[in-house]
Amino acid sequence: MVDFTDLNLGPLWLSLQLAGVTVLVLLIIGTPIAWWLAHTRSFFKTAVEAIVALPIVLPPTVLGFYLLVALGPQGLVGAVWHQFTGSALSFTFSGLVIASTLYSMPFVVQPLQGAFEAVGKRPLEVAWSLGASPFDAFLTVASPMAVRGYLTAIVLGFAHTLGEFGVVLMVGGNIPGKTKVISIAIYDHVETLEYTQAHVLSAGLLVFSFIVLLIVYTLNRRLPLQVS
Amino acid sequence: MNQKLIEWGRACLIFWFLGGFTAFAEAGEVSVGLATNFTTTFKEIAKGFEKETGHRVIVSTGSTGKLFAQIRNGAPFEVFLSADCARPKRLEREGWAVQGSRFTYAVGRLTLWSPKPIGENFLGPQVLSSGAFHYLAIANPKTAPYGRAARQTLRALKLWSRLKSRIVQGENISQTFLFVVTGNAEWGFVALSQVLDPKIGGKGARWDVPLELYEALNQEAVLLVKGRNNPAAQALLDYLKGPKARLVIEKYGYGMG
Repeated sequence: MVDFTDLNLGPLWLSLQLAGVTVLVLLIIGTPIAWWLAHTRSFFKTAVEAIVALPIVLPPTVLGFYLLVALGPQGLVGAVWHQFTGSALSFTFSGLVIASTLYSMPFVVQPLQGAFEAVGKRPLEVAWSLGASPFDAFLTVASPMAVRGYLTAIVLGFAHTLGEFGVVLMVGGNIPGKTKVISIAIYDHVETLEYTQAHVLSAGLLVFSFIVLLIVYTLNRRLPLQVS
Repeated sequence: MNQKLIEWGRACLIFWFLGGFTAFAEAGEVSVGLATNFTTTFKEIAKGFEKETGHRVIVSTGSTGKLFAQIRNGAPFEVFLSADCARPKRLEREGWAVQGSRFTYAVGRLTLWSPKPIGENFLGPQVLSSGAFHYLAIANPKTAPYGRAARQTLRALKLWSRLKSRIVQGENISQTFLFVVTGNAEWGFVALSQVLDPKIGGKGARWDVPLELYEALNQEAVLLVKGRNNPAAQALLDYLKGPKARLVIEKYGYGMG
């Protein structure tokens, strides 16, 4: 029999919270970035695209190391935060949100950019010519059309944050209830030879991730981009 | 004609080089699984060893627990330098290590450290109980020997439950050190060898934890079955026991078994 008494679901709950908040933040700051990338002809477009994609190729240790330096009380970001809140950002949930936002950025921005590019400028121009303000046109015309892009962005951003490990390991400090997320908990279980608990959490994450991707691919097939 | 002479010269030169190498006819290689906390110290020891014997040392570093798991799953290490004595003992019992080859090569020292100097005479327990800090970094007590020693120390000082909410855990002692050296945690229980590393040079403030507050951090070395017939592996272990290695080990603040 599997013994579940030692199984603490706190880390799972924390991971879900972290992923949820991160996706929310990313939608708010990712939308304008993706929008700009989709429509600009600026000289900087390629550079910004490359920066957004960086977390895909960088090892989490690089991001983790820089974040640890930047978020600490002597770091650039950490010092400013310290001024306002009296504590640094490292080893806090807010710190993890910042880290995850950077880490999962490409998984939100890229699908959105693709969707906005597919929608194109034409429907917007029509809306404008009918008297809609640019912001209104975006909300009522462009974003409903880009629904598939949003769905992909939300799901991928969420799942990718859930699977985050290396960065959290470096800036989190393994504090139960604050920074001990599911991947860290699994790692701890494996390191201490508590394989049963590791199996349960790992299998849960595996099944969850599979279901999430299944939903994305299914919906992507069912929900054709509503252009034309 | 001239061309030929040059070619001859070249051939001679190559021959001479080869001759030089064959002088170390018995020179071999030894691969070592090394606990991270001993890395800097071991690099210096290995340099002396290579110079003296002509053998080459190939080092893979990792946490003791990870190396232990790797060895039991067929990692090609011939010598294991652990940060504890439990893992080498178990490898010996399970037949992964050669019986009777186990010995303590260094005794780790735990120290409470802050990179900011705060004057000469200060007592660790006072600093800890004053609570004038946000975070205290320790290594994970469940996996890292230095983390366990830190927890034992805090329990012995009756401060564990009081400070629990301020403790941040590094995955291993190197990461714990990183937390402190970057200022993210004001204080940390780290290895004395890290503070004495030339790159740090003993700066900051430290309180070497009295030995009676934690179980001795006996770091054991063991000859693994894969290295049984490799003379270079045995030579390395012998060198590690010798006076030259001892000098380096003590320089980095380790005690001797």
